[in-house]
Formats: sequence, structure tokens, C-alpha cells
Amino acid sequence: MSATHFVILGNGISGITFARHLRKGNPHVQITVISGESPYFFSRTALMYVYMGQMKWEHLYPYELQFWGKNRITLKQAWVTALDVDAKKLSFDTGEDLSYDYLILATGSTPAFYYWPGQHLQGVQGLYTKQDLESMEINTSTHVNRAVVVGGGLIGIEMVEMLAYRKIPVTFMVRESRFWEQSLPKREADLVHRLLKEQDIDLRLGTELKEILPGVHGKVRAVRTSQGEEISCEFVGLATGVTPNVAFLKKSGIKIQRGVLVNSYFETSAPNVYAIGDCAEFEYAPGEGRKNIEQVWYTGRMHGETLAANFCTSPQPYAPGVWFNSAKFFEIEYQTYGVIAVEEGDEIQDFYWEHPSGKIAFRMQMDAGGKILGVLALGFRLRHEYFDRAIREGWSGLQVISTLHQANFDPEFFAPYHVAIQKSFQLQFGVSFPLPKRSLFHHLFGSSS
Amino acid sequence: MITVKNLGLGLFFLGVVAFTVLPFLGSYHLREDLVSSEVKEIHREKVKELLAPMYGFSYSSTYSFLQAYHQQLDPYNEALKVEGRWEEVIWEDYGFSLAKAALQGPSRDHPLLCLLLSLGSCLAGGLLFHLAKKKEESPGGAFAGIFHSSLTNRGLLGILVGSYLILFYVILYWFPAYLVSLVWMVEPLSKLLSGGPASQWFLYGLVYTLAILVMGIRMFSKYAGNRYQQLRTASVMFFQTAFAFLIPEVLVRLNQPYFDFKNIWPLDYDFFFDYQLSTFLSSGGLGLFMLAWGCLLIIVAVPVFTYFYGKRWYCSWVCGCGGLAETVGDSFRHLSDKSLKAWKWERWTIHGVLALAVVMTSLTLVNYFSGFKVLGDLTNQVHAFYGFAIGSAFAGVVGTGFYPLMGNRVWCRFGCPLAAYLGLVQRFKSRFRITTNGGQCISCGNCSTHCEMGIDVRAYAQQGQNIVRSSCVGCGICATVCPRGVLKLENGPEKDRIHDFPILIGRQTIQLKK
Repeated sequence: MSATHFVILGNGISGITFARHLRKGNPHVQITVISGESPYFFSRTALMYVYMGQMKWEHLYPYELQFWGKNRITLKQAWVTALDVDAKKLSFDTGEDLSYDYLILATGSTPAFYYWPGQHLQGVQGLYTKQDLESMEINTSTHVNRAVVVGGGLIGIEMVEMLAYRKIPVTFMVRESRFWEQSLPKREADLVHRLLKEQDIDLRLGTELKEILPGVHGKVRAVRTSQGEEISCEFVGLATGVTPNVAFLKKSGIKIQRGVLVNSYFETSAPNVYAIGDCAEFEYAPGEGRKNIEQVWYTGRMHGETLAANFCTSPQPYAPGVWFNSAKFFEIEYQTYGVIAVEEGDEIQDFYWEHPSGKIAFRMQMDAGGKILGVLALGFRLRHEYFDRAIREGWSGLQVISTLHQANFDPEFFAPYHVAIQKSFQLQFGVSFPLPKRSLFHHLFGSSS
Repeated sequence: MITVKNLGLGLFFLGVVAFTVLPFLGSYHLREDLVSSEVKEIHREKVKELLAPMYGFSYSSTYSFLQAYHQQLDPYNEALKVEGRWEEVIWEDYGFSLAKAALQGPSRDHPLLCLLLSLGSCLAGGLLFHLAKKKEESPGGAFAGIFHSSLTNRGLLGILVGSYLILFYVILYWFPAYLVSLVWMVEPLSKLLSGGPASQWFLYGLVYTLAILVMGIRMFSKYAGNRYQQLRTASVMFFQTAFAFLIPEVLVRLNQPYFDFKNIWPLDYDFFFDYQLSTFLSSGGLGLFMLAWGCLLIIVAVPVFTYFYGKRWYCSWVCGCGGLAETVGDSFRHLSDKSLKAWKWERWTIHGVLALAVVMTSLTLVNYFSGFKVLGDLTNQVHAFYGFAIGSAFAGVVGTGFYPLMGNRVWCRFGCPLAAYLGLVQRFKSRFRITTNGGQCISCGNCSTHCEMGIDVRAYAQQGQNIVRSSCVGCGICATVCPRGVLKLENGPEKDRIHDFPILIGRQTIQLKK
């Protein structure tokens, strides 16, 4: 009898995490990973650093090439053309077929374009895949007088930074009234706006893309905004979100809405077929305040871990813990733990502190009873374990702030912002607690305990 | 700003040209009285006689002067060797001191002008360039663009700079007579500091110190706002200037032994050599203090400080090799090899050198205390081999010459026996670790790419593990370059310092089994 064959479609963080943990837990099964995009798993999050000359392509591989052979994970580079769930068989563009016992769909996302006129012109692109990075290199290799980036989210601001590094003037077009409206409250967004202005980015808030205008040879010449303004440009970056990459599954018979529908065990409507990561859509949100489609690196990784564990031990439903996320806007780091409401509400107590430099900020939200709901930090670093525990155990905001020094994750000798935050909290909420004293020794040598 | 930058670059280039051209200027005129003053008494009469044909001649290049010198001396030595009259052979190489004495040229006539034109120009140009560059810096932070630069991506410029450095080290260690012209231009400074004449080592020490200072200032602006980077840079600048350069010179002026109080055996491999021990023991109270101080550093300072702070207290805060690597070598840190294979090599070579140093030192001590009865001359040959292969070729030529080719920590990673010793303490008994911030790692690989020690930091971070590696010098660049605030250098309790969580924070399905 041959070994059970797991075929994983997609070699991103979800698929590879699954493969790795499956191999850890089961030395016998046969594992094959399919990808058309790249023969090896690479870090999608670092595409921008290759463009900016901070890394080379090979630095994006989180595992040395020998890793795959050593762990008996077979890699196959091909695009899937058809999936037959009854025969348990995949067909590839190369004409080959592959049978599986279990199929894991981990095909990720694809940039969402919204049928703008001219969106297929040369010089217009999203940024998601290895191929996108290559075409961005080509599209900006000849002189670009101005680039337009559309979409006020994380990929948008990354593209802005990449283009700015190449000294290309950028117009940054954001449909909403502020940058990353779904995740940033107004004051944090304003902080980012100021940062963009400092970098000479032409930021257009509340502005939509109407159409992209052609020039000669099928190249982009300009864009027209919702205000009717025409902006000349030779490059357009479309960063208006991503959508599950499931188009090729339409004919397979697997139930699909926006993504591949799964239950909390990642089971799809087809037997022995599972879906994880960006391409999966939960029938029921996996937790309070969670979305049905989770499209971040961390959740992809958790999906992979969970499903692999379910194959190796007794199956348990996916139960994510406290939400967390991070990003970086130019030089300013962003971290969040728990849930942050972006608009003010009666049932929420809000605490916000900003450093006089206007580049460092901290927000904590509590419920009416003072229990912590979430925190958001810009420009300094917080300890994940601390907030994971505080939020899981339902600490009071007071408790969190009074021991905030334990949450500091900035490098040694950095100004400890927690002191200013603690004082500000005392002032705003009229409470008092002893501020931790740092000995001269600690000041000098930065011992953390 | 572009013009200021170009002016800086021009000045720097001018300085390099002057530094390179100076050794070719001037001519050599040997006289009998020069030989008398430069040659040891036991050889004096013989050498005077042998070199007599050179008197009155003018040699236009170092090469022709040395050739003539060897033409006169070598046949005499060869004949003695054939006859087995080893004691009479003139083993000393007077090439450097005679060339220095015989030189007539601009650097001897106008040392300050030459110093200003070469090193001064490099210094001013380097400072101007980096300060102007900082002002016009494009977004992307301190690390963007290094793989787009010929200098820092093993391009033509990198290969040229590497070759220049390698050539310089080869000449410095094995053909120092070619540097006498440069040595003359630092003669006044040496007289001022130690009261004695300058050697090639004084020239090297000065260049080394100035390089650390200028590139250290560059570090302050490159890592503006990063106090960890700035403080440790200030620390290596201080220790190099005061401990490695000035204090030893001043000691010589005070008729005390030349001693670098921060150099620790076995990096300071000749600390226990017989001539060193004799010097310590014959130099009164201060000599004895130096001997005791050196031993205390080895026995107490290394384990205690490394226990509390990791090996970084030395490697990236105090050490001179580390000081150069962290300032001059800062732009080349990403060129280190991150592969598993390199790590395997590293463990063999660095511990091999440590073993060699320990064996050599033990033999030396046994021999010394037995009054040279046990091994006789053997230890001298071991010393010569170690000095050549490890002290000069490995630490100098490869260690620094290969900055633009293999990264800035080749010596520290593959060769330094002290780093091996510090590393053993750091790995097995220390409070130092690089903490990984829960599940925040996005496997981007910036940390691994920019780790000068070739540690695959990401391999640990993406699994939520702390980084506890013997080679980590605690430069803190991984934490600096991390875009998600995942890494933090810390000293903390030994409990849970090394942990291997099967599952990252962020999900509740699976409870951790301890």
C-alpha cells in the first residue's frame, strides 16, 4: 500500500506551514506542494525590500533549498487547469495529472481590480506575486515622471514607499476620508498623513479612480479622478484590496462564495478537500469580531498549524486567540493587539497618547467597566505575550497601564515611553499608581529585569 | 547637497591617491653612519662591511634599494647556512629600518603636509560625504539600496576596494619596507606621543583609529534615533582611541611596557609568550599589575560580564577588531554567508583556532617555567607559525581585506579564539538572548540578510524561538532592521531562555505541553 498522499495547492505561508507541521507530526505520509508562481516558498511580505535593494530575491526564501528534500516535501511548479474531486485528480498546464488522497487548497489571494476603463494598459498593475514584482521593475525601469497609487491600505502605502525610494514622484489616491480607514482611528491616520506629506507624497483623500487613460503603444498616459481631474502618469499601482484566488475552481463543483466555503475544521463541500489561508471563507466567523475571510500572514500560518494538528491528533475546531497584527508605514512601525474600534462609541472608553514629535502614539480601548479591549501602537514596540495575556485574562486598563514597563519591547537604551503614557493615563482617568523606578544600573546597562 | 557630497568624494579620492602615491616618491641614500645607528651591535661591523658597496649610490625606488640590500646580504647568509654556522646567520631583517633611515623624500621633508594631503584629506572627505549623503537620503531607511550599489553588492567597486585592502595588509605584514615613506609622515606624531620613532605599526594604528572615528561618526548619523547603536559605537570609538592607541604610546613615553589594557588572551595571543612575561616581570609594579590585570580579564571579566550581558560587552562594545567591523565594515554586514554549511565550517574553524591558541600557550608556559629545557626552540617556531597564519594572514588579510567580499566579521566569526571562548560562555551560561516577540514574525528575512555573523535569525524568529547562538555579537542590527518589532536583545533570567514552543501565540486550539 502506498503512503497517503497530501497535495497542497499553493506554497505560501498557509500551505507551507501545513506541510511543515504535517511532516513534523507524521513521518510517513507523502507530501507534494504545487505552485505556478515560484518553485520555492518565499516571503511575500518582503517583496518591497527586493525592489528597494535592501534584500535580494534569494533572501526571501525562509528555508534553505535543501530543507525540502530533507523533509521529503516534493515541490512541483505548474499551474492547475482542472480539479476532479470525484476522481481525486488534478490536471496541470503541462498536460500532467496528479492524484491525491487529501487536497489542501491554499491558493491565497489575487489583487482586486474593479473594471476601470484602461486597467489593463501597460504600466498599470497590482503588487502581490513574484511576477508583479518583476513587472514593477520593468514598468519603472524607463523614466517615470509621476506614479499614481490607488488604494489606501497596506499594499498601497508599500508601493508608495517603493516608488519614493526610486525618487519617483507619487500621487497617493485614497477613496476614504483617511488612510486605512478600516483599521486606523482618525488620529493615527492623521499621523500617517503627516508622514506622507513629509515624504513629499501627493496624498489625495476622498478621491476615487474613474478611469485610466491610454497613451501611445498601449501605455498608460494619465488617470482621471472622481473629481474629474486628470493626472499625468506613466505608472499606476492598483492596491484596492485582494480577493480569494478561486476563479480556477469554478468548474470543480466545490462550494464557493467569495472564497472556498469551509467549516471550522477547514473542510470544504468536497470530500477530502480542505481550504486554508486567504482563499478560505468560513461559513461562520471564527470568533467574535473576526471576519469570515482572514487575509493576513498570521492567520494563514494559524490555519496551516491547526489543520496539520488535526491530521496528526484528534481534530479540533479552529479557535483563534487574541487578534494581533503589525505593519510599517515608511519608518513608523504599527502593532495592534485585541480589537480597536476605529470610530468613537458610547460603550468604549478611549485612551490616546501621542509623543510631542507626532511620530509615536499609543491607544488603548476599554469597555464601560474599564476592561481592556485592545491596544494600538505607532512608532514603538510592545510585547506580544504581555497583551495576549492581558486581553485573554480580561485585565483592567488600569492594571495594564500600571505595569506597562513590562510590555516595552523597544531596544535597550531607548526612551521608555511608558512613563509618559502612564502619567497621561493618570491625568485623564484621575487615578494614581506608583510609577516604576529605574535604578541607575538599569539606566546604564538596560537590564530588563 | 549633491555638490558637497561630490566634494567629499573628491577629497576622499584625493587622499587615497596621495596615500597610494607617497610610497613611490623619494629616493634612498644609504650611509655607513645610518647602518651603525640602525643595526644591532652584534651584526654592526659585518653589515657595515657587507653593505659598503651601496654607500654613495642613489636608489630611486624601494624595490631597487631592497634588491641591492639583499644582493649584498643574502649570499653571506646562504653560505653560512650551507656550512651549518647557524649562530652567525643574520636572521634579523634590517630592510625596513635601513630603508626608513635612507629615505630622502617629501614625506620626510614635509611630513605634516603629506599627512594632511593623504589621511587628512580622506578624513575630511569621508566626513563631508557621509553627512551630505545623510541629508539627501531617500526614504527607505538605512538599509535600502545596499544591493543596488557596486561597492556593497560585490560589484567592481567592491572587488577593487577589497583588493586594495588585501594589498595593503600583505605589504604591512610582509613587505613593510615599502611603507617607510608613509611612516615618515607620522613620525612627528609618534615623537609627540611616545617620544620614539614611528614604525609601520604606529602608522597602522593611526589609520585604524582614524577610520573607526570617521566611520563611527557616520554611524551616529546613519542610526540617528537609535541609542543602542549610537552608544555601542561611541564605546568602540573610545576604547580604540584611548586603550588601543593613546595609552600604550603614553606608557612607552613613561618607560613602561607597551600594553593595551582591553586586549584579552587568546585574541592577544602573545600575552604569555616568554618575552612578554619577561617584560611584565622586569617592569616593576606596573608590569606585575599588567600581568595580573590580563589574567583577571581572562578568568573573571570574560565569564562574569558574558554571563550578565552576553559576549556583546566585548565584541561590539570594546574590541578593536569588532570596532573596525562595526564602523568601517558596517556597509558590508549583509555579505556574510547564512548557509547551514557555513555554520558547520564556522564551528570547526573557530574552535580549532581556540584549541591551537590554548595548546600553543600551554607549551610556551611549560617551556618558560622549565627554563626552556623541555621544548627548547620549538615554541618559537609554533609562535612564528601562529603569528603568520592566524595573527597576520587570517585576522588581517582575510579578516579585513575581505570586508567587501565576505562581510565584516570573517575573522570574528571563523577565527577569533577569544570570540570562541566568549561564545562558549554565552551559549551555555548567560542571561543574554534575542527575544522573539510572540507570533509577530512575518518571515521577511531582513534579520538574516543583515546579520553580520551569518546567523539565520529568521529560522528562529518565525518559529517563535529566542535566538541563543554562541556567535551572536549583539550588534543589534536584526532588531533595528526588523520591520515588525519582533526582535529584542535582552538580559534576563536563565529560566525559559531557550524554549521551543511548538505553536506560536495567537490561537487557542492547542494547549502547550511543557
